[in-house]
Amino acid sequence: MGAQPKIDTSPKVSDEVRRTTCYMCACRCGINVHLKSGKVSYIEGNRDHPVNKGVLCAKGASGIKQVTAPSRLRAPMRRVGPRGSGAFEEISWEEALSLAVEWMEPLRDSGPEKLAFFTGRDQSQSLTSFWAQNFGTPNYAAHGGFCSVNMAAAGIYTIGGAFWEFGQPDWEHTKLFVLFGVAEDHDSNPIKMGLGRLKERGAKVIGVNPIRSGYNAVADDWYGVTPGADGLLILSLIHCLLEAGKIDLDYLARFTNAPLLVRSDEGAEKGLFLRNEAGKPVVMEGGKLVPFDQKGVRPDLGASYEGHRTVFAHMAERYLSPDHAPEAIAARVGIPASRIRGLAAELAHTAFDAPIVLDREWTDFRGETHSQMVGRPVSFHAMRGISAHSNGFQTARALHLLQVLLGTVETPGGYRFKPPYPKPAEAHPAPHSKVTRGKPLDGPHLGYPRGPEHLALNPDGSPVRIDKAFSWENPLSAHGMMHMVIANAHAGDPYKIDTLFLYMANMAWNSSMNTAAVMEMLTDKGEDGEYVIPRIIYSDAYASEMVAYADLILPDTTYLERHDCISLLDRPISEPGAAGDSIRWPVVEPDRNVRGFQSVLIDLGARMKLPGFVNAEGKALYADYADYIVNHQRRPGIGPLMGFRGEDGTGEGRGAPNPAQIDRYIANGSFFQAHVPDDAAYFKPWNAGYQDWAVRVGLYDAPQPYLISIWSEPMRRFQLAAEGFGDRQPPDAMRARLKQAMDPLPVWYPPFGDDGAEDYPVHALTQRPMAMYHSWGSQNAWLRQIHGRNPLYVPTKIWEENGFAEGDWAKLTSPNGAIVVPVAHMPALNPHTVWTWNAIGKRKGAWALDEGAPEATKGFLLNHLISELLPEKSDGMRWSNSDPVTGQAAWFDLRVRVEKTTPPSEAQPAFPKLDLKGVQA
Amino acid sequence: MTCLPGHTEKKLGLAIDLDTCVGCHACVTACKGWNDQGYGVPLSDQDAYGADPSGVFLNRVHGYQVQPDTGGAAQTINFPRSCLHCEDAPCVTVCPTGASYKRVEDGIVLVNEDACIGCGLCAWACPYGAREMDADAGVMKKCTLCVDRIYNENLPEEDREPACVRTCPTGARHFGDFNDPTSKVSKLTAARGGFDLMPEMGTKPTNKYLPPRPKDQRQEASLLAPLLDIEAKGFAGWLDRILGKI
Repeated sequence: MGAQPKIDTSPKVSDEVRRTTCYMCACRCGINVHLKSGKVSYIEGNRDHPVNKGVLCAKGASGIKQVTAPSRLRAPMRRVGPRGSGAFEEISWEEALSLAVEWMEPLRDSGPEKLAFFTGRDQSQSLTSFWAQNFGTPNYAAHGGFCSVNMAAAGIYTIGGAFWEFGQPDWEHTKLFVLFGVAEDHDSNPIKMGLGRLKERGAKVIGVNPIRSGYNAVADDWYGVTPGADGLLILSLIHCLLEAGKIDLDYLARFTNAPLLVRSDEGAEKGLFLRNEAGKPVVMEGGKLVPFDQKGVRPDLGASYEGHRTVFAHMAERYLSPDHAPEAIAARVGIPASRIRGLAAELAHTAFDAPIVLDREWTDFRGETHSQMVGRPVSFHAMRGISAHSNGFQTARALHLLQVLLGTVETPGGYRFKPPYPKPAEAHPAPHSKVTRGKPLDGPHLGYPRGPEHLALNPDGSPVRIDKAFSWENPLSAHGMMHMVIANAHAGDPYKIDTLFLYMANMAWNSSMNTAAVMEMLTDKGEDGEYVIPRIIYSDAYASEMVAYADLILPDTTYLERHDCISLLDRPISEPGAAGDSIRWPVVEPDRNVRGFQSVLIDLGARMKLPGFVNAEGKALYADYADYIVNHQRRPGIGPLMGFRGEDGTGEGRGAPNPAQIDRYIANGSFFQAHVPDDAAYFKPWNAGYQDWAVRVGLYDAPQPYLISIWSEPMRRFQLAAEGFGDRQPPDAMRARLKQAMDPLPVWYPPFGDDGAEDYPVHALTQRPMAMYHSWGSQNAWLRQIHGRNPLYVPTKIWEENGFAEGDWAKLTSPNGAIVVPVAHMPALNPHTVWTWNAIGKRKGAWALDEGAPEATKGFLLNHLISELLPEKSDGMRWSNSDPVTGQAAWFDLRVRVEKTTPPSEAQPAFPKLDLKGVQA
Repeated sequence: MTCLPGHTEKKLGLAIDLDTCVGCHACVTACKGWNDQGYGVPLSDQDAYGADPSGVFLNRVHGYQVQPDTGGAAQTINFPRSCLHCEDAPCVTVCPTGASYKRVEDGIVLVNEDACIGCGLCAWACPYGAREMDADAGVMKKCTLCVDRIYNENLPEEDREPACVRTCPTGARHFGDFNDPTSKVSKLTAARGGFDLMPEMGTKPTNKYLPPRPKDQRQEASLLAPLLDIEAKGFAGWLDRILGKI
């Protein structure tokens, strides 16, 4: 052997590192973008960043391929051939913007609702909603309706926040962590980092999920629940805890509405809280009625007063009933009763036998000072697995009730809110939908109704919104219902629209139910020979399937070429111990004729002279998005970014606009944090220290302590309407469903997909792989080598029954249709469930992939099997295939039949190739 | 035929925790990203947007379904694979040109690309499938343990670790010197029963895998006892009993 070669172990890494924010999913991690000769050479996590502390997922580290992707749109385009043909001509930005204005501006005066503006993977909702509001259309929402609004809304209505950006486990203290229905793809780096910390400390992780992959693969114990039955399981755990008296009575009495009295007198107030003359709910103490927030009050949880009983009594009686016993529900849940009782015992032992005690003094909203913070070290996380069912809202509420009974919400070792949460429904706006031609809408579109008075209904009871959000069909649709827009606009139900304006939403493919039918709706013409949906404007950075159906394409930049703000007004990047926000900035310039969509929207707003976008003289207020980020004020002193405000840049949360704000962010790694004081770190909804801090930094304008809603008065108000009380009355055909769904206490009912599913015995699910979660397009050259195929994963029982072997194909049939797809065996799976990776399947010609790409020949979508409508009901109507409370798309209600079949040449159904060569590269 | 050093000053390598790896592939693309612009030629991709894309990855994660012998629930195990920097590395001894070698100072197995003729013998000799031929450059690529990071004076000290370790979101990958019994990797290996992959091959791998902790251990003995016989005492009885405990 010769001499060992000499190598350079200290090569220069790059010319420059620019720190910005990732956009490969909604985690919004900090990234260091290395540049060589002005080009991106390497991307790694930013160690100083609060979200990811240096780590980065598979997507984030592949961001370089997002910039060089051949599917990138190259310039503005106008459709010149039939819709869907891919025949476009390149036009200038001036032509594109003029055309958009020509289409949209007249609608402001003739009928603002004729513009439907819906955004998908939008991280600028505080701008897009502000724009839509000032245009005056009631038809605006982002993608929450087909994502996870059940999780968000159930959390807001129950505890004042939910999981992920709303709050997270106390990773440092928790001893038992239970994951419910988290698809493999959710809450990417934060949850992985949290799991790593738990593993390091030897804390226990339990997974409740039909599929044992991803996070569930590392869980110490696995409960392979049958889809749609999570709520039944949770309520049974509650049954066990109540039966054994293992609940935190002190917590319930102090911080929840458990001691409030529920009126029992017949009439329009039945089921609402007993209040004093000042309108304040009352509790019983020593046989007397006192206001719930009186200093030193020790309410009697078991009291009754003139027949009015406490929330606690109502709740306990319901869940103690034998039909919630593990033995009664085990078969439907797919988990033996003994294991359910074992899980309940584990929760109780950890919560009550091993409390976390911090010697930290704090004062509650009643003025009582506590010398310690005592917590219950059990924490939970849940996401789409439990929420994407038609019983998902109530299931998510049940999970919050379980946390509350254990006393874990906002206590050490439990669940912690991230500012601006806690924020209960009452602290959010109600939805607004009053249209005045030529004027802005009367307020923000989206919000949290407190009762039927907040529904978006016309005087004749018909829905105001094109998606029918906030109607009797889905009263609490806090995120809108984007998945219904195309179907409703096509059907003219409730009315026809003129222009459909979409941003970053693949509605012609994986983001729609019943995809094949949606493609037909997009190209369908009326008797007059015109398209039924007359105009479609679409903005995206890549040649997705949806691009083919646009009449006007507004090409967006990639995330490395733009300004953005991740705002406290929207979905910030806070941690339990700090409010936080961040920016993106152009770390490289685009090499083509594209513009950041937000700057384009601001330009369009100014051209149409929308209030908020022009000054009194009608001149544009903002040059571009960066200018808006710095200078827009939502309330005096409160703008999109909280950091470095005021003329000297020292303002935190409040302060005048600072012209140097973006530079200050860039110098700080593109983020800002305002830290919560130690004595305000827990018990936030009731902690005077936290409430005062939140006012100081501009999250609230006044302290807003509240009680956790075990019993939901807003829901009871809708139930009262269904019982015939009040001015606003639902259609008769909907009364029974409302009475069931709007139960003020968490309840379980079978998913609607079970109706008529006798011939479809198998549940079918999807999840995105971790390496592609939320990432916009699987065309990424590195990631598609990891996940370029999506077989249908089949459990052993079904595998053996069908005599499947490797390489086989199956026909999958649902009440809505059939698909033919490749199969693979997966033993670690609920025996009645099959699943596949979502959105790996691509249409031929899209995303600049070769016609023979496995994504286009063997990849497939389950979407074809899912109808956007339920079977016809007694009123002759077909209601949306969504949760009856929030309108969340019920993707996971899907039931199928699996049969072995002859392998076709490619997955079925196959669609004609899209010709998008002209718009990309 | 190339010789191995009899002894290396350090034994640098990875301890990979199979109890914690969620199979997210973060290490895979961080490795690809760094090494695409790091030591040696870039990691090329062929037919990147085509029908049969294939590129060089120095680290890959495979998922396996495991049915325990004891009859418990099936499990999914995620298994990251890369070069194990073996003490008795057959990929080195088989190399006809001396291009493959094991460094005396730290035990890292490297390919001197200037001397590599792309014959592929080393990939055949490696029982772990850890080497991949770059189809564009015609040279053999493999994990370098980020030799151009771990000593790199242009990087902050805390970043002088392999890209896969720096990026791993769950902290399942640990880097250090197995010759030093006080190093984190040595201690973890001792504490967790770290094992060699396929020891029967006689390659003496440096990298160690930390096994998954036992799963699905049930404690059904400690079930909760009811407060009282609710059927006999009724809900009122339950309420009195539980509130009497305040």
